[in-house]
Amino acid sequence: MMNSTAAAFVLAAILPATAFAECVEVTQGNVTVSAAWSRATIGTERPAVFYVTVRNDGSEERLMGIETPVADVPMLHETVVENGAARMSYVEQIVIAPIDAVSLEPGGYHGMLMDLQTELVEGTTFPVTLLFEKSGPVTIDTAVLPLRAREAACEEAL
Amino acid sequence: MVAAVGFMLAVGAWRSGDLPWQQQVTETVGTRGANLGTMSWQLTSHKGEPVSPQSWIGQTSLVFFGFTWCPDVCPMTLLNISDWLEELGPDADGLAVHLVSVDPERDTPEVLADYLSNFDPRISGLTGAPDEVAKAADDFNATYRRVPRDDGDYTVDHTAGVMVFGPDGRLSSIIDLHDDPKFAVPKIRRAMEREV
Ligand SMILES: [Cu+2]
Repeated sequence: MMNSTAAAFVLAAILPATAFAECVEVTQGNVTVSAAWSRATIGTERPAVFYVTVRNDGSEERLMGIETPVADVPMLHETVVENGAARMSYVEQIVIAPIDAVSLEPGGYHGMLMDLQTELVEGTTFPVTLLFEKSGPVTIDTAVLPLRAREAACEEAL
Repeated sequence: MVAAVGFMLAVGAWRSGDLPWQQQVTETVGTRGANLGTMSWQLTSHKGEPVSPQSWIGQTSLVFFGFTWCPDVCPMTLLNISDWLEELGPDADGLAVHLVSVDPERDTPEVLADYLSNFDPRISGLTGAPDEVAKAADDFNATYRRVPRDDGDYTVDHTAGVMVFGPDGRLSSIIDLHDDPKFAVPKIRRAMEREV
């Protein structure tokens, strides 16, 4: 126990910061959800985003929606750039092909957390429940990263 | 990162199911060559200072349209720009970078200052009376559209690319959101080489 803790410290010192933290990962049915993160918000007036990676090890699966106690109106969205103009559309469901993975990430699919009930503070986490058609609801702890974050601060165990 | 490949897109409508705005953003940016020298808007910076297009002439400028309530595309654009500035190193010192808010109702100079303090300090925010912002967008050939939401709130669709102006005040290129990052810095360098 002591030895492995000491070893972990040595590893942490020599690896880049993003490499030693493994993402929180939740598996249920055929889906594995990981790398859930959001950007810190300034107050509660602005909508927040939610990004996550979903791996599907079974037959076709669908993400039907999201729920979270931090926002009254959480929704699946997609950012679309058309003729140079960006807009966000509500997405009814996201299909994940058999033995495939989909990432909700900046510039594409994202969870949109509207009517925020609480400010998202950097360094904290909050739960988000992903509603899958076949695998049911899966809840994951979502890391709140700085406003300038671009990707999850952990390594996906894929 | 896992590539999001091989899945079907299921793009739905907003819950209201009423989409008149979705068909209307049709104008392509940059079809008419924008020229700072012939523009006449007057905006206010996040520091409360008046800014006019002629003040940009003589230096290379990047300008993009966005708003601080925009949770996905705008932070991404700000981060992309921060990366380019870093890659340009000392050469970035002669650059002016401006975010023009398409949401002047909420983005006052104070709100812009608070928001931009989270990003590269060289990025300046511009806002103004709604009709001045509309005039500026028109001068830049940019489009934006306020989209109401069911709960009474709203979001804004807007031109997403970063426009690059040379020291001569003429549009040199547009860096699109999904452009290969390796083309961005060369586009900026090309603009810098233009004669005043
Ligand atoms: Cu959105």
